[in-house]
Amino acid sequence: MAEYLIQTVGLPEWLAWSLMAGLSAVLILNLMAGGALVFIWAERKVSARIQDRLGPTRTGGSFGWLQSLADGIKLLAKEDLMPAGADGMLFRVAPYVSFCASFAAFIGLPFAFDMVGLRLNVGVFYVVAVLGLEVFGVILAGYASASKWSLFGAMREAAQVVSYEVPLGMCIVVPVMLAGTMDLVTIGEKQAGWFTNWYVFHDPFTFVIFWVYVTCAVASVNRAPFDLAEAESELVAGFHTEYSGLRWSFFFMAEYSSMFLVSGLAAVLFLGGWNGPIPVASLLGLSDGTGDTTGVLVRLVGLGNLLGKATLGVLIMMWIRWTLPRLRIDQVMTTCLKYCTPIAAVMFAGAMTWLWVFPGGVLDIDTGSRRPGEIREGWLDGPGGRGAAAVSTPSSVPNNAAVAEVAE
Amino acid sequence: MIGTLFGVSSLLAATSGGINWHSFFFLLFALLACGLAVAVVLADNVVRMAFYLVLSLGATAGLFFLAGAEFVGAMQLMIYVGGTLVLLIFGVMLTAQEPFVAIKTPARDKVLAGIVGGGLLAVLLQAAFTGPAWSEAPADMAERTLGQVTQPSATPLGMALVGVRVDGDVASGERSPADGNVRSGYLLPFEIVSVHLLVVLVGAAYLARTKRRKAVAIARDESTTGGVR
Amino acid sequence: MNLLSDPVGVSHYLVVGAILFTTGVVCMVVKRNALGVLMGIELVLNGANVNFVAFGSPVLRGEQASILGLDGQAMALFVILLAAAEAAVALAITLNFYNNHATVDVDRADDLKG
Repeated sequence: MAEYLIQTVGLPEWLAWSLMAGLSAVLILNLMAGGALVFIWAERKVSARIQDRLGPTRTGGSFGWLQSLADGIKLLAKEDLMPAGADGMLFRVAPYVSFCASFAAFIGLPFAFDMVGLRLNVGVFYVVAVLGLEVFGVILAGYASASKWSLFGAMREAAQVVSYEVPLGMCIVVPVMLAGTMDLVTIGEKQAGWFTNWYVFHDPFTFVIFWVYVTCAVASVNRAPFDLAEAESELVAGFHTEYSGLRWSFFFMAEYSSMFLVSGLAAVLFLGGWNGPIPVASLLGLSDGTGDTTGVLVRLVGLGNLLGKATLGVLIMMWIRWTLPRLRIDQVMTTCLKYCTPIAAVMFAGAMTWLWVFPGGVLDIDTGSRRPGEIREGWLDGPGGRGAAAVSTPSSVPNNAAVAEVAE
Repeated sequence: MIGTLFGVSSLLAATSGGINWHSFFFLLFALLACGLAVAVVLADNVVRMAFYLVLSLGATAGLFFLAGAEFVGAMQLMIYVGGTLVLLIFGVMLTAQEPFVAIKTPARDKVLAGIVGGGLLAVLLQAAFTGPAWSEAPADMAERTLGQVTQPSATPLGMALVGVRVDGDVASGERSPADGNVRSGYLLPFEIVSVHLLVVLVGAAYLARTKRRKAVAIARDESTTGGVR
Repeated sequence: MNLLSDPVGVSHYLVVGAILFTTGVVCMVVKRNALGVLMGIELVLNGANVNFVAFGSPVLRGEQASILGLDGQAMALFVILLAAAEAAVALAITLNFYNNHATVDVDRADDLKG
């Protein structure tokens, strides 16, 4: 897109790049803010239905569409309080730390083929690392509030998130191992084709580890039943007890956007990313090149796929929240250290063995879509060597030479 | 004031000639990293120190990304910022009781440290600018920094850690295409570090565990034996 | 020399490394809180890391980086790992010290003074 601006519109190079960077930032920011609005409304409706209520019905039509907007205005108008004993600077800065962490993680998440803020070859590692920084704002908030409730919440959060990073990391390593790369775009692209190519259906071990991932992801974003940091029945509101108004809503936005982020990550890693369950585009013989209109359309459909999968993930998290009771802190730790970690380790070993025994996979129904050989990293053959031609060209015509090379 | 003026004027000059975004972000991250590192020294409150340190290390991770070491940058974020510093803050919170949050340093120590630090900094800066090859950027840097050439940084590192070097391997006798050297992999250091981490895990758990439980157990033993008597 | 439009070289990174290193050393010397000393150590290690990465960076050094190859990044990785290990042990020692002496002031750790 930036190249298009430089070549066709004739803008100077630095201006074109900065325009594109600004556009991506604005899009992601709006996705976060708008997503939070929609999800807060959805949470109200879902919780209401689960509890046999109606939920918001009046603000903005019969479904209460505008309820979260009204909430937002109410939050803006609220008085901004700070406890007398609080550490002012840290108290003010903590919500922004949380928010910036989940915003920065979105940079690495691809929304469709090549639709990614920054294509990193350590994409998945980056996303998980940055997402882990969100805990930092929570800890700071808990400390700076000068309140016992908040401090307890922050301590629990620190212990919980650091522990859950271990099984979460192990779950994420499995798709990385199957794809042979940490580049999220390549991981998603390798699952093109029928839904049997999705890594969740790759073998029994990945199927199990997907559910372990779901558990750990829910825990790592502090959602019920793992929301010990804000357990309202014991800690008033946990780490955000002392927050009100806009700063509180920043925590809220950070929470919803990291929910969306881990769901999107699950979609890319296990559920085929932007590839639909049926490869309609390749069955119809549509081209998916970068330059032509059908390519753009295919990509937009892919974007819809990914957003749909991620939204489904968020809805499932809501369903879990309003169904299961909250765990005690020792039960949370037990779940992590005695169940999730060993299961993830065993499944990791199992998936590795499976990959070794069935290198091609057993359910690999090939439909003539893009083959892994075309999108594999080519550095293995040396810089500029044999494989260089096979790198990162999502051409619609299968590159027979590259496929043959991989088959060797 | 003069510094601000200089900054604005150089910004304008750069804008007319086109900003080099790589340099811009380098400058941003470098200023953040250095400024916050200085803030760590100047702050008295230990929690604020930890906060500045986090931001400083995060900015350093940004510098690593700019230098093309993406894996190391992500590692820095994950282990340093996400792991070590959460641990550190945990420790701060466990020991943060009013008298220890801000322990004052005598002014004499500060002055002395300032002199020593200044001397050290002068030596290091002098060294940084003496290597003539170090101050020049490579000729093809512009195309490298525009994100066009993404060199995979994770996989060669991973291969090196399990003992296979892509840039000249000593085991297979393959020479590096760039300079014809052979290099050894990192399998042995990797194993040593792994065992080391395990030892550290066990050792830290042993060191940090409270002795209270033992005392309680002894007390209980005494009470039960007392009961038997 | 215009910092905004000139390309960045290794020297720039060395300057950052030097500043981080020096602040770390000063931090270690000045702070009396054991955790502050620990933070100083982290800064020192980080300054060294910046230098390692800069010398091994193909972006900054072009073909010259092949002299160091991957070694720069691998060393930085090991430094990060060992720093994590060191932080864990140092923190455990600090907590133990705190449990026994009810303080984290390193100047009070003088039980063996004659």
